[in-house]
This record gives sequence, structure tokens and C-alpha cells, in this order.
Amino acid sequence: MSDPIPYRRPDPATQPPLDAPAYGSTHRRHPKQALLRIPHTLTETTAPRFDPARYPAHADMSQVNGKAALGERIIVAGRVVDEDGRPQRGVMVEVWQANASGRYHHPRDQHDAPLDPNFEGRARIFTDDEGRYSFTSVKPGAYPWRNHWNAWRPIHIHFGLHGAGFAQRMITQMYFPGDPLLDLDPIFLATPDKAARERLVSKFDLEITRPEWALGYRFDIVLRGREATPFEKA
Amino acid sequence: MTAATASQTAGPYWHMIDFPEWADLLRAGSGNEAVQGERITLTGRITDGDGAAVADALVEIWQAGPDGRFEDGFHGFGRSATDADGVFRFATLKPGPVPGRGNATQAPHIEIAIFARGLMQHLVTRAYFEGEALNANDPVLALVDDPARRATLVAKPEGNAVWRLDIRLQGEGETVFLDV
Repeated sequence: MSDPIPYRRPDPATQPPLDAPAYGSTHRRHPKQALLRIPHTLTETTAPRFDPARYPAHADMSQVNGKAALGERIIVAGRVVDEDGRPQRGVMVEVWQANASGRYHHPRDQHDAPLDPNFEGRARIFTDDEGRYSFTSVKPGAYPWRNHWNAWRPIHIHFGLHGAGFAQRMITQMYFPGDPLLDLDPIFLATPDKAARERLVSKFDLEITRPEWALGYRFDIVLRGREATPFEKA
Repeated sequence: MTAATASQTAGPYWHMIDFPEWADLLRAGSGNEAVQGERITLTGRITDGDGAAVADALVEIWQAGPDGRFEDGFHGFGRSATDADGVFRFATLKPGPVPGRGNATQAPHIEIAIFARGLMQHLVTRAYFEGEALNANDPVLALVDDPARRATLVAKPEGNAVWRLDIRLQGEGETVFLDV
């Protein structure tokens, strides 16, 4: 049996470090020993296949049982490709977020902002053959956190992606353009490379925007690509 | 080439995507109901650098089926939230040996991914099974020289087919995490 083709190792500047001193929760949670680099085996180059029959898609967070959530309705759409630009099809994308007031539908979120009975804040979608995905929601609100005095998270939507290899598994956050909190946020700022950070910020897109209905934002996502095989020219 | 999108923490409020039934890989509707194998529980407690419970972690597992094959009859994915004591728990079948690189054979193992508040990237580790003869020749275990550190990758039997692997994120007894 031939060896599986490994995934490429990321440039460390394009990923946030585990030890990010400005983000207090990393202090007691980041390993102090160096991670053990292992050659990729089938365990890393294969991944669960999520059959939509068993993991049903749900692409509309903007309502519950036909009752509209409060807030500014939005459509978020984009493409999932690998580092070589190849579309990643059949990727299960999990999405979750706070409501328009900046409150999560979560028992531990005690922020003094109203819950919305018509907003649960989660979706699950699958990319198509071109790697495209789309879902409808409302624009989330900013909320305070206790990382430092007067700390507020920039508005964001959490994304979890399940690619074709478990080594591609990733969770990230999508931000919104023009948010003044981005320049103050230790989570956003932890990624050293500015271009990599800015790719976490979605773009307003008039083509995704639907007249009389919802504003559109584009968020493209790149998963790790495979190393070139000896037979491939890079 | 565009580098892969930056990882960001799952944060403390990820439980809208917690479906507790996913921790049972043998649940009705999993597709695994008819797969023959040794039923096991994989459990453990996640603690931080102070030894405090990590009560808000999202733990995922990925494993081969009892025949050592991935996604060929056995859907080897599970997700468990840690509870107030930092404990995760999965019901699954014990995986078989899996081909390694070259002519190597990997001992039976379950890959574990941990996401949580304070983890800017998820952490990956493995649960091997104590007493498994193939552990002696496993190519990943062989990369860990210190026997005490190697032991952090090996689950211990607790009886009744329960295997326990405690995970220490930082400090004394720190788990070996994998750069995958």
C-alpha cells in the first residue's frame, strides 16, 4: 500500500500561537512542551464522512418555526478551497453565533442583554461541488468579556469545518468589515501575519445581497493542502 | 498559494453545536449498529496547568473500525462536551491495528482533538490501549523517548471495558500533544 500524501505544514505566522499572553485563558491551557511532530498516517489523512441523511443540513438561522429573529438579516456565502485553490466539496460546515443583542443561546452566557426566542444561533451546511456554501442569519451583536478592563469581542460568527482529512479539521471565526473592536481584540490580533488576520474579516458583497431581504457578506475559507507528490510539479 | 485560514478559539459558548448523542458512536441511527466488535467506553478528565478541571472543552475522536479501516462500514467520529469535572466520555468499538507509513503497523489508537476557550488552535493527541502487544512497535509511540511522557498517550483499563486517559494541558504530567 502506498503511503498517504501528507498535508502541508502551515507557516507559523499565519496561525495564532497557543501561548498568546494578551488572551488570559491561554495562560493555564497552552502546553509548555513542544508538540510532537508526527508523519501523517491514514489517521490524519482520512476523515469522517458526514452523510446529510444522518447530519441534516439547516441553513437558516434567521427564524424559528417561521417567526423571524430580531436583528439585521444577513446572508453569508463563500467558497471552501485548499491552499492550491482546489474546491473542497462535501465539507460539513458548522456555524454558531450570538444573537443581534450579543447574547448566546447558552445557559452559561450571563451577559445582561436579551435572549431572542426566535434565534437559536446554529446552522449546519455542506459545500457543493465548487466548494460553495451559504446560510442566512442575523448580524450578531458585540458582547463584553472579562479578559481585561472594558473588553468587548468584535462581532463574529464561529465556523467549524470538517474536510477530507482529520488534519484539515479546524475551527475559526468570521469577523465583519469596519468593526472598530478588531484592533483591540487579543484573539483576532494573535495571528502575527496581517494578511492572514485580514482574511478572517468578511467582505460586504452586493451580489450576495438580496434586494428587499438581506445584506450579503462573503467569507472564503482555505483548508490545508496536500504536499506535492514526487510525480507532481509544484 | 494562499495559506490555510487562521484557526480561532471555539470560545466558551460552543454548546449550540453539542449534540450529546454524538458521544455514543453505537447509537441508533449512527450506522454502526450492526458492526461487530468489542464495545468500550473511552473516558478521561482534562485539567489545566493548575490541575483545575477544563469544564468547557469540545472533545472529538476519530478512529478506525475493529477491522482497522476508516469509514468503511464503521463511522468512527464522536464528539463529547466535558462536564463540570472536566470529564469526557465516549461509547465506541475498540479500533483494530491501522497501517502506518512504509511497512509499519500502527497499534490500535483513537485520535483525540480538543477545542476550548483559551486554545487558539485545537490540540491533538492519541489514546492507545495499555497491554496491547503492538504498542511496542508503534511508530508514533516510538517517537516519545521518555517512558513517563509516552504513558500520557496510553489509556488504562478500569474494568467493564472502560478505558481511561486523563489529559493534562500544561505542567506536571503534561500530555504529549501531536503536531499533525
